[in-house]
Formats: sequence, structure tokens, C-alpha cells
Amino acid sequence: MCLAVPGKITEIFTTSNMKMGKVDFGGVLREVCLEAVPEVKIGDYVIVHAGFALNILSEKEAQDTLAAFRELDEIELGEEDPITNQD
Amino acid sequence: MRYLEEFRDAELVKNVLSKINHTVKHHWVIMEICGGQTHSIMQHGIDQLLPENIELVHGPGCPVCVTSLELVDKALAIASRPNVIFCSFGDMLRVPGSHGDLFSVKAAGGQVRIVYSPLDAVKIAQQNPEKEVVFFAIGFETTAPANAMSVLYAESLGLQNYSMLVSHVTVPPAMHAILGSTNNRVQGFLAAGHVCSVMGYHQYHAISQKFQIPIVVTGFEPLDLLNGILMTVELLESGTPRVQNAYSRVVSEAGNIPAQAMIKRVFQDCDRNWRGIGFIPQSGWELRPEYHFFDAEKRFEVEQIQTRESDICISGQILQGIRKPPQCPAFGNVCTPQNPLGATMVSSEGTCAAYYRYARIDMEG
Amino acid sequence: MNDVSLPNMQGPVCPLPVKSYDHIVMGHGSGGKMTHDLIQQYFVPNFANSALLAGNDFAQITSQQSGKIVVSTDAHIVSPLFFPGGDIGRLAVSGTVNDLAMSGGIPLGLTASFILEEGLPISTLEKIIVSMAATAQEAGVPIVAGDTKVVEKGKADGIFISTSGVAWVPDYLNIGGACAQPGDAVIISGTLGDHGIAVLSARGELGLETAIHSDVAPLNHLIQNIVEHSKNVHVLRDPTRGGLATTLNEIAIQSQVGIILDEKSIPINPIVGATCEMLGFDPLYVANEGKVIVIVPNHEVDEVLNGMRSQKYGTNAVVIGHVESAPSGRVLLRTTIGGTRLLDVMSGEMLPRIC
Repeated sequence: MCLAVPGKITEIFTTSNMKMGKVDFGGVLREVCLEAVPEVKIGDYVIVHAGFALNILSEKEAQDTLAAFRELDEIELGEEDPITNQD
Repeated sequence: MRYLEEFRDAELVKNVLSKINHTVKHHWVIMEICGGQTHSIMQHGIDQLLPENIELVHGPGCPVCVTSLELVDKALAIASRPNVIFCSFGDMLRVPGSHGDLFSVKAAGGQVRIVYSPLDAVKIAQQNPEKEVVFFAIGFETTAPANAMSVLYAESLGLQNYSMLVSHVTVPPAMHAILGSTNNRVQGFLAAGHVCSVMGYHQYHAISQKFQIPIVVTGFEPLDLLNGILMTVELLESGTPRVQNAYSRVVSEAGNIPAQAMIKRVFQDCDRNWRGIGFIPQSGWELRPEYHFFDAEKRFEVEQIQTRESDICISGQILQGIRKPPQCPAFGNVCTPQNPLGATMVSSEGTCAAYYRYARIDMEG
Repeated sequence: MNDVSLPNMQGPVCPLPVKSYDHIVMGHGSGGKMTHDLIQQYFVPNFANSALLAGNDFAQITSQQSGKIVVSTDAHIVSPLFFPGGDIGRLAVSGTVNDLAMSGGIPLGLTASFILEEGLPISTLEKIIVSMAATAQEAGVPIVAGDTKVVEKGKADGIFISTSGVAWVPDYLNIGGACAQPGDAVIISGTLGDHGIAVLSARGELGLETAIHSDVAPLNHLIQNIVEHSKNVHVLRDPTRGGLATTLNEIAIQSQVGIILDEKSIPINPIVGATCEMLGFDPLYVANEGKVIVIVPNHEVDEVLNGMRSQKYGTNAVVIGHVESAPSGRVLLRTTIGGTRLLDVMSGEMLPRIC
């Protein structure tokens, strides 16, 4: 139900009283409705579904999540084949 | 940080898989309720990488699959009208009604257009004032804000020729129905990440308590899915039925308040028929009376629809995770993506199509 | 028929001769003076070659030394007619040149049939003809015969073009879909999905803005370079409609082999990747019009790759997989995270999804 992809806000404007923006998904741009993310700024990343921004992505949460995954490697140290612990 | 490739990192995937292998001690049946998650699992081959005693079952998380046959038939009837431009998301075009699908309506001369966003359908209405433009508003909670916005946008433009055929369904009642059924095997739930990005996950505490089952809000990239599975397994192994969030970069407990306000303004709860599963009370959304002007079911009188479902299709059991596609006698022979009998084979998110397309083949080395 | 002094006759007879048009009208397809003038004014000067200028109903092509003659045909319908990187004319010439070149042989000549819709601006037709001439010139393959018909407004999408062609293949080459062998390497000449995405975004229905260009191009020179570097090329095929996945399935079935791809190695332009993510497309199923799949014995890979990378349309050539004896008739993909999935043929059209 949920094909939504992250994209970066490059422009913000209004069309017929509706807050809209231009979002760059990685070299492909599309107009997106920003009514549900009123606090959004240019440069923010949003998650977009059917031309509608659902939320602003939290960079801090993303970094924390990835860091936690990296730490899993160290937790397994000594219990696994030494080869898998090499970077 | 682009929020995509980082969550497909092969090395980090190995780490999480390794942790899962260390943590799991018993056999567990875990359901993911979102079609997008099913698709991602199959696309990346994740289910093969999991240890044998984690069994993933795929729930009715595809709004395309569960849209009732009556509504599909109504869509076909409306789309066949000469003065109508019928707009739809691409996924719905091949869903079989009782007689044919939107593609066959198009071939017979009907104007059917694929749109990426309901707001594009409103633009089409603006550009074609002499035509009736109807949008097939399917979806779970994820799509509701966009669909609601399209009504508000049409209203602000003073459009007289835009309407929606609404088929919204909501997740919590479906979870109740699955967990409450007598042949339920599901022991843990991966909640749909993007549904929760709109609605939050506060609604799931009651379900988790009532059925004593862990529910983990999960995203869609390989690392997100594995993380959701890991957290679910940890909760299962420690006997802790709770709700946790494994998709924190997008989802908060309260969800998106402006989006929820938009939905409440335009929609209200209603009963819905889930194709293949049956009637689930208060499991959907319909337009509020003050927006009935935009309701295509009211605007177009569609004659008594005679629905006719295939006798051999077992979509319903598939959608509830009771059976798997290879157990269906029609799977892969009479019923294929080229010739689907039911919605779960038509939609590329449908469990049967996902199995068929990404079918497992044992590979040595 | 001496028609030089007769007025044009269309519908009710009108004594006033009508001289020039901005748009195609039914009379252009009648076979009379209007057709003649259209051909002489636009087609002949642009496609100029001795066979065409001889003015017969047939074209004579001199054949080479002994070998095989191969024939191919293709019809081209594309909307919009012009898209970033190309147009229907370039597509029509490249399409048949490439089909012929997949034999490993040398294309000798093309024919081109045009179905024109009443109302098509002549300036549009001229642009397309000029593009065809330029592409034919680039390929070094003349357009030696042609035909033009006109249909009523609404019966064609502006213009349909059908091209056929003939090529000569030396006897020692035996290239075909049934020739892949276990142990062979699978090479692709460059990035996948560019053409399909360029055309889709040019249609404007999905509101996408992207700088992607179609890869449409004639590949016969690239292929000549390949067969010069390896006399043992087993398979050459271009992954057009249905994309890489569908084309490899055809080969796997014809050769009764398994083809195993490595997802990490498959070259995809990041913009094409991003567009596919947004719409829920798989780039392995998106059409290409300027790429070739090359299946060669593994020991010849380095030579072939070096040769390809020195050519205009082969700079990003790379090995993306290999051939095995099993599973017969199937294509498998080793995913970036280490799983394996089946790559089936495409069923029906790929549609943007929300699910």
C-alpha cells in the first residue's frame, strides 16, 4: 500500500492556496503537495507517496539507526568466523 | 545521506542477519501487513536469507487486492460512460472485475488514464470542464491524505466535474479480524511503516495488549525489514508483547497531525467488504455527507451490480496468511500474472504475483 | 501518365490548382502528382543514394563474397514523436540496423514505409526524414526503397514507420539465440532503461522532469568491433521491449541454459534508478534502443571488453553475469544483499504503482 520514496525539497510555492514544492528524487523532479508538512524548509528530505509528502525524514534518527547496525558487528566479535569481522 | 542506498548496505545486512540467527531459538510465524513490504522481501530475496524457523506470512496489505468486487464493477461501469474520463493508479488497471478490467474498458473506447497522484486527476478535471472526471480513490491510510487533499483542492477551485469512487480501507480492524479468527497462526506483526507515518502507532497498543502479541513498525528497505524482524523476534523470545518502532526516521508515535486532520475533515468511518476476506465492520472510510457532491457513487447511478467471483480462487485464505500460493491448485497453471483469476495475482504486490515473479529456486553455492 | 499539366484532383473537381500545403492531406497518398512531389521534395534529396535515384520499383544491392543473407523488419510507433535523445525516425533506422547487426553481419540497405496521418505538419515530416538520413549516414547504411500512404485523421498517431533491411553475414560466423554455452560470460554494452524512461517522461502524463536521454543509436560499428575481437561470439541481442530481463529469458529458453546475473554489476544511470523507484518500475524490464547483450566464451571477455570500451556506444561495457547449465530456460538474479530471485519475462505493460 505504501510505495513512498525519499526526496529533497528544492523549491516551495503556493498553488490555489495549496502549499506545494518541487522535490528532487535523485535527478528526477516532481511537484509534490506539502500541506501535511507545513514546517518544511528547502533542503529537507521528505517521504513522498502519490505526489504527497507524508513526513520530514529525520537525519538524526537515520544516522542513529545505521550506527546501531554497525555496532552489531562488534557485538558478534569472537563468536563468528574471524573473516566476517573484517571491514 | 540519501536515505535509500544506506539502508541496502550488504555488510550491515549481514550484521543484522547474524544477530537474528543468534537470537531466534523457536519457530515463529510473523505477518507483514503491507504489500510494499511483501514486494521488497521478494525482490531482495530476504525470506531465503532468514533462518528456517522464522516463517513470514503475507497479510492483506494491498488495497488493490482487497478492493471489493462490487466497487471494481462500479468502476468499470462508470469508466464505460461516454462522457467520463476515469483516472486511476496504475495498479488497478488489470484487476479483474466480474467481466473484464479497466484495460478492456479502454480497448472498447472508454477514456481511462493512469495518474501518479490524485491531484493530477483534479488538474485533468480543470482542463476538461465539459467532461466528468472520476478518480478511483483506493488505498490504506497512507493514501488517504492525498485523496482527501484532492477533494479540498477541487472544492477550492470550484470544480463541478470532479468526483471520487472511494474504496479506503484501514489496517487496525483488519489486524483484529486476522488475530481474532479461529485458524490464526500469526504470533508477531510487522506494522506498515508508511501507514504509521500518517496515523502514528498509538492505535496498536490496544491490539498488542488484547492479543498479547508484539507489533513492530517496520519500513521497506532490506535493513528496515530485517530490523523489524529482529525486534519482533527479540520480543517473541523474551515473551514481551509490546509495540516498538523500527522505522524511527519516518514514524513517530503520534503520526502526522495535519494529515490526520485532513482525513478527518473529508472522510468518516464506514463498513467495508474486503475482497476475498469478507465483511469487516468499521474498517474503511467514506466521504462525509458535506462532501457527497464529490462522491462518484452518488453522482453516477450505477445499476444493480451482479458480481461473479472465480470459484477456484482462494485469495481470501492467502490474504489472511492461512495458505500460501503454492498450495493453491490453480497457482502457476490456470492462474498466472498473464491470466489472473483473483486480485492477489493481478497486483504486483499481491502475494500470488510476488511468489510467481520471484519464485524460489534452490541454488547451490 | 503525363501528369505535369493537369490540375490536382481531389474530391469535387476544382479548376483552381492548389500548390503547396503545410500539412499532409489525403491527396499526398493518392499516388499522383502530389505523392510524386512529396517524395521528390523531401524523401529523395535526404536519403540520396544510387539505388533510390534509379527510380525503379525495386533496389539492386551488390552482394559481397559468399556468405549468408539475413533479413529483418520492424514497425515503429512512438508517442511523442520527438523525445530527448531521438525521434521516431532515428528509432526506425536504428531499430532495423541493429536487428540486422545482431547477426554479426554487415547491413547492406534498408527500406522504409510511411503511414502518414492526414493533418501531420510537413515540417514535422521533414524533421523526421532529416533525422533518418543522419542516422543512416552514421550507420553507413543507405535507405534504398520506400513507400508512402496517407490515412484519415485519427487513424494513425501522426506517423507510423516500418523499416526492413538486408545484411550479409560471413560463413564463419554462427551467432544466434540458441548458441549460449555454460561457462559463457554475459556482457551488456551500457546503462539500462534510458530509452523507456526518456519516452515516459517526455509524454508528460506523470509530471516528471528529468534530464534522461534515450540511448537510441545504430550499433553496427560497435558490433563489427566485437566480432573482430572474437570469432567465437555466441549470442548478440538488443534488449528492446521488455528490457534486459525479457530478452535474457528468450535466450535462456532458446539455448536451454540458465543465466545468472549479479545485481551489483548491472549498470543503471542513477536518474533512471531514481525514476524507477518513484514509479515502482524495475529497470531490468524497461526498454533500451541502443544497447547490446554479448554472450562470449569466458576466455575472450577481456579482449571483447577492451574493444567495446574503445567504441562510441560501448564505453560502459561490463560483465553482468554468466551462463550455467541449470536451471534450464531460467534467469536468476543474485541481489545486492546476497539473496537470489527469479527474473521472469514481463507480463503485460509495466504500470506505475502506489502499492
